[in-house]
Amino acid sequence: MPKNPNVKRVMVIGSGPIVIGQAAEFDYAGTQACRSLKEEGVEVILVNSNPATIMTDKNIADKVYIEPLTARVLEQIIEKEKPDSILPTLGGQAGLNLGMELEESGFLAAHNVRLLGTTAATIKKAEDRQEFKDTMEKIGEPCAASQVVETVEEGVAFTNTIGYPVVLRPAYTLGGSGGGIAHNQAELESILENGLRLSRVGQVLVERCIAGWKEIEYEVMRDGAGNCITVCNMENIDPVGVHTGDSIVVAPSQTLGDKEYQMLRSAALNIIDELEITGGCNVQFALHPDSFEYCVIEVNPRVSRSSALASKATGYPIAKVAAKIALGYTLDEIKNAITGKTFASFEPTLDYVVVKLPRLPFDKFITAKRTLTTQMKATGEVMSICDNFEGALMKAIRSLEQHVDCLLSYDFSALSAEELKTRLKKVDDQRIYVIAEALRKGIDYETIHEITMIDEWFIDKIAILVEMEQALKEKPLTPELLREAKRIEFPDNVIARLTGRTEEEIKKLRYDNGIVAAYKMVDTCAAEFEACTPYYYSVYGSENEAELTTPPKKVLVLGSGPIRIGQGIEFDYCSVHATWAFAKAGYETIIVNNNPETVSTDFDIADKLYFEPLTPEDVESIVRLEKPDGAVVQFGGQTAIKLTESLMKMGVPILGTKAEDVDAAEDRELFDRILEETGIPRAAGDTVYTAQEAKEVANRLGYPVLVRPSYVLGGQGMQIAICDEEIEEFMNIINRIAQDHPILVDKYLQGKEIEVDAVCDGKDILIPGIMEHIERTGVHSGDSISVYPAFTISGTVRDKIADYTARLARALHVKGLINIQFIAIGEEVYVIEVNPRSSRTVPYISKVTGIPIVDLAAEVIMGKSIRELGYEPGLAPAADYFAIKMPVFSFEKIRGAEISLGPEMKSTGECLGIAKTFNEALYKAFLGAGIDLPKHRQMIITVKDADKGEAVEIGRRFEKLGYTIYATRSTAAALQEAGVKARKVNKISQESPTVMDLILGHRIDLVIDTPTQGRDKSRDGFLIRRTAIETGVNCITAMDTARALVTSLENAREQFTLIDVASI
Amino acid sequence: MKAFLILEDGTVFTGTHIGADREVISEIVFNTSMAGYLEVLTDPSYAGQAVCMTYPLIGNYGVCREDMESKRAWPDAFIVRELSRTASNFRKEITIQEFLAEQEIPGIAGIDTRALTKILREKGTMNGMITTDENYNSALILPQLKQYTTGKVVEKVTCSHKYHFEKKDGRGLSAKPEVLQTQSAQPGAQAGKRVALLDFGAKDNIAASLAGRGCEVTVYPAGTRAEEIIADKPDGIMLSNGPGDPKECTEIIKEIKKLYDSDIPIFAICLGHQLMALATGADTFKMKYGHRGGNHPVKDLKSGRVYISSQNHGYVVDAEKLDPAVAVPAFVNVNDGTNEGLSYTGKNIFTVQFHPEASPGPHDSGYLFDRFIDMMG
Repeated sequence: MPKNPNVKRVMVIGSGPIVIGQAAEFDYAGTQACRSLKEEGVEVILVNSNPATIMTDKNIADKVYIEPLTARVLEQIIEKEKPDSILPTLGGQAGLNLGMELEESGFLAAHNVRLLGTTAATIKKAEDRQEFKDTMEKIGEPCAASQVVETVEEGVAFTNTIGYPVVLRPAYTLGGSGGGIAHNQAELESILENGLRLSRVGQVLVERCIAGWKEIEYEVMRDGAGNCITVCNMENIDPVGVHTGDSIVVAPSQTLGDKEYQMLRSAALNIIDELEITGGCNVQFALHPDSFEYCVIEVNPRVSRSSALASKATGYPIAKVAAKIALGYTLDEIKNAITGKTFASFEPTLDYVVVKLPRLPFDKFITAKRTLTTQMKATGEVMSICDNFEGALMKAIRSLEQHVDCLLSYDFSALSAEELKTRLKKVDDQRIYVIAEALRKGIDYETIHEITMIDEWFIDKIAILVEMEQALKEKPLTPELLREAKRIEFPDNVIARLTGRTEEEIKKLRYDNGIVAAYKMVDTCAAEFEACTPYYYSVYGSENEAELTTPPKKVLVLGSGPIRIGQGIEFDYCSVHATWAFAKAGYETIIVNNNPETVSTDFDIADKLYFEPLTPEDVESIVRLEKPDGAVVQFGGQTAIKLTESLMKMGVPILGTKAEDVDAAEDRELFDRILEETGIPRAAGDTVYTAQEAKEVANRLGYPVLVRPSYVLGGQGMQIAICDEEIEEFMNIINRIAQDHPILVDKYLQGKEIEVDAVCDGKDILIPGIMEHIERTGVHSGDSISVYPAFTISGTVRDKIADYTARLARALHVKGLINIQFIAIGEEVYVIEVNPRSSRTVPYISKVTGIPIVDLAAEVIMGKSIRELGYEPGLAPAADYFAIKMPVFSFEKIRGAEISLGPEMKSTGECLGIAKTFNEALYKAFLGAGIDLPKHRQMIITVKDADKGEAVEIGRRFEKLGYTIYATRSTAAALQEAGVKARKVNKISQESPTVMDLILGHRIDLVIDTPTQGRDKSRDGFLIRRTAIETGVNCITAMDTARALVTSLENAREQFTLIDVASI
Repeated sequence: MKAFLILEDGTVFTGTHIGADREVISEIVFNTSMAGYLEVLTDPSYAGQAVCMTYPLIGNYGVCREDMESKRAWPDAFIVRELSRTASNFRKEITIQEFLAEQEIPGIAGIDTRALTKILREKGTMNGMITTDENYNSALILPQLKQYTTGKVVEKVTCSHKYHFEKKDGRGLSAKPEVLQTQSAQPGAQAGKRVALLDFGAKDNIAASLAGRGCEVTVYPAGTRAEEIIADKPDGIMLSNGPGDPKECTEIIKEIKKLYDSDIPIFAICLGHQLMALATGADTFKMKYGHRGGNHPVKDLKSGRVYISSQNHGYVVDAEKLDPAVAVPAFVNVNDGTNEGLSYTGKNIFTVQFHPEASPGPHDSGYLFDRFIDMMG
């Protein structure tokens, strides 16, 4: 069936801000789909509230709206742009829900817009718990005994008939939000109440617990003619009970025979056919480990995180093919872009093993529970490819960048065998390390299997790695042993540690014996057909098939690894744009990255893709083979920057700003000297290594002080300390995560925080715009609401900022990007931090100013000047609209995480509000972040003494909006005294009804709670904030944010001004 | 122990010896299935060949004898990247290592199977030797390798005498879900059709798929005279898969011509499909490296639907030389456009190159057995 000629203008819905459960994979999918649609001559209108994405670039879509993803907004865009169709299956659950809402309300029909891809009826059949169950029953596909409930009582009654434990899954939530396993009635009631609240339709599925079964997924494609294929199947090493996003996943399945494999494959096809899905779909099964019994867990009738993983694991571009199917093509009409010979109807077959590990945020949320459940907690993931499982696992571990490089990286050697058995019961991110220790202590496979339910095949693989550790420790390091250790991907530094040698010695021994990495191709077909896309992974002990090219110029672009808090999708945006810019200038481009969710690891972005860990050793192997003319590190976040020194040692020139200048910005002494030379003020401070030194510096400067490690991103470990005890506490934490570099202690200054990104060609500097934060200093810039153009600073301050930026860039000999954060106090400007590299705000500022600074930076790096590129140096004129970046958090997913804002970054994503006026932009920004108020017009205010004055002003404004205000004792008194009607509520420790009961009563729109200084985890405030977040109540912890919110609500509107960002 | 794989073109792979301790010369082919190594090893179509699995980890779930597609393993040798030292599956009876030893199949592990596959892809299927003799003499071996042919291999694999196929029982079949035994048998399917299955090296699941649909299956040795089969008055005749060059089967082809003329409905798979084509004047040729795996898309030219098929063939019917008065293409391979099935003009006969009986591989085309039952009226 050829393309449907009536599809000419398609609106694609993106997935919005990055949150846990909905991350970069949808930028990857959306970008691929948009490019695929444009390839077919279709006009694409893109809507996504997330400015950090590649899909919201003007070269990806024809019209780009970075607007809040709500039905109201989409309706207005449809009215304005008049698309003939919309494609909702590429924007994750968020996009799908919106598409459904527009369809159900009749809006699409009324405006003659067709829903492309899967129909609304299908989506309902797959997503609505009861309809799904009925459908499965009809075609004889088994589901676990379950019932959809709408009240807690119903849930309890049903559970009594099937018995505990039960799994709870709220309908229409992403990443399993609000779900969990209940072992008793108390747990059931608690999880159920929360889940009902979070579900869009107030429904929760209560289901027989099949925890411990094997979890197997199939990625399936179906076209409009009914042709179906499976792209890939995947086996979760962690059995059912851990969300697949948090599981260690391997592709293809390893422990299934053809009988099980085909049984589940047939079931998956049976299901997709019955649901009449057109496009991509993910089917999850639970398979009994000791029989052929299986259950369908769930079906995602859309492109998902798993499909991004499957695409990268096989080379099969699921989103691209899904987009073509949406246009009417059948699978046998779509060419397989990897081989150019086969078609999309050819099922990929692998001749390697893929392992995915989740990137969990427990290094950020040190108070959070590490337990893994059916609710996803990972912010990102890494993938690795090898020709053996052990090697793939080892590569994945070191790709995580969490100070782990082998199974000894978490030390459990102090535990006895008995203690280990107990510890194994805990399902958390350290379980494989515990299993390794259990094996070292001689605990047998069967015992480990019985406790963890992890298949013995995987336990044996861990045992092979443990045996190699032993061998390296005990046996002489012969070339044969070394060869075997490298085959299963022991990195040189680990071998060095275990053998008591240096890494250099190991490397030399390897080279002397010809033990070097070879590269194999991911080709979808296990070499059956010749492939034309250079997508490589490394193996040891095999023939190299990476084609040796000698283009005139060759550049290595280092990616940014897994998505984590502080280093998100923005850096992928930068890497991809830099790659494109170098390619345009005639360079052969090589990308190295290990993140399967990203655009940069799509096989057609760079000329060559190496899907590899970003460690010095792994990069060196690529460098030895490719011999690039240079490497760019300034676009790949801290991951790439950290490789600078190693690259220089390998003799690879660093293109752009030199390594010593990057160092100068990070090194306290060097930087102080530069500031002195350039005459730029900063907060007083010093460099320390020990807690004692830190206390001395703090007392000399006077509290409060800012304590932070150097060379980290996203303010990891950064804290404001008000006393010696806190210094002790923070230094302890910092020393756990970063020991190699000194720690900075600065006087904490409170003022307006200002941020700029700029391009410098070594001489001239171009500043696209100045961003001002709504929150005062003390809140991490990534967690602040950021306004472009700066809206409260004077001309003098603005000029100073431009001047300081230029002086600093020149002093640091910046060639490329620079990011600087300032504090403005009155007319004075102080510098906080300088990063001579790309930053989190680069995509945002590029889009809202229309100045493509990554492309310009790449050009500058290649030798062009800013003037040659057609830009006037200096600060670009401010736009005549406001663009406000709003941080978005995923606190509800991380039980026990402190949510109050501070110098350490906690947000997972961001959205944009862009409008002619500041107030509308602010309203849009809050709306985009999911704060759609008012609902019940009731709120709670409980603030620390210093904030009481501001609370009065803010309370008064909320009162005017019709809000009933509840407040704890002293806050209530302050409000009442100032004439704001406030109802006093009891503290948690007092008698009921307390503030907690109010929140749990589900009639509260908002909690404003500013924490008292210091970490008050044990105090009421922490409990209030956690409860609010976990019950879906908006919770604000900074007075500036609260003020911004009330301003936005005062300016709430139904009609929006819509700005096509592509026209900027 | 070290082992060597020496190819006809002089390439030598050094690996580790597995299985039986025996030197062997054979035709080297590769299979791209990711699971189903036991089904591959017990598929009689591999007689006279040494199979290289492109998936690198083999033996993960051990061996469960009820999954065997015939009574023994047939390939001359087995070539893998890695054999799992642990086998884990609830039905596992023995390990793959034990199975290879028991079946006296020699092999080699630890070689770069992808490099081998690329050689076969680029230069075409070739012969090779697996030996553990470190002092092998290439000058002597290479001419020997060139001489090797699979020969009249059907004779080796067919059954010795006619018998009634009994549905597998015992051996823990109860653990096997209904859907696997019968391949989506339609409950309403007409029961009791009598099928004559001509065994050229049949995989068990052909008979099982028919039996699961209520057919009474009688299996005949490959050398059976057409008259004998016709005299038994079957409702339909099933021509099975099998090994080797179809043109070697000169006697069988003559008998098949008689079956063609008999007007009894016929369904044929793989070698059976090729033999019917040869019997009716069409031609076959040897493909460069064949189709072996579980992922090839085939298009049903009547419905336009595409199915993923299980494949194992090195020869193919030349669609260019078909006489439309005799047969027209019914299926085509979406990737390379080669013929995947024929519909015989004016006859109740259709034949396919791929394997609707799966095992290993996808069950997508199992519906063809239903079509055959419908043909029998």
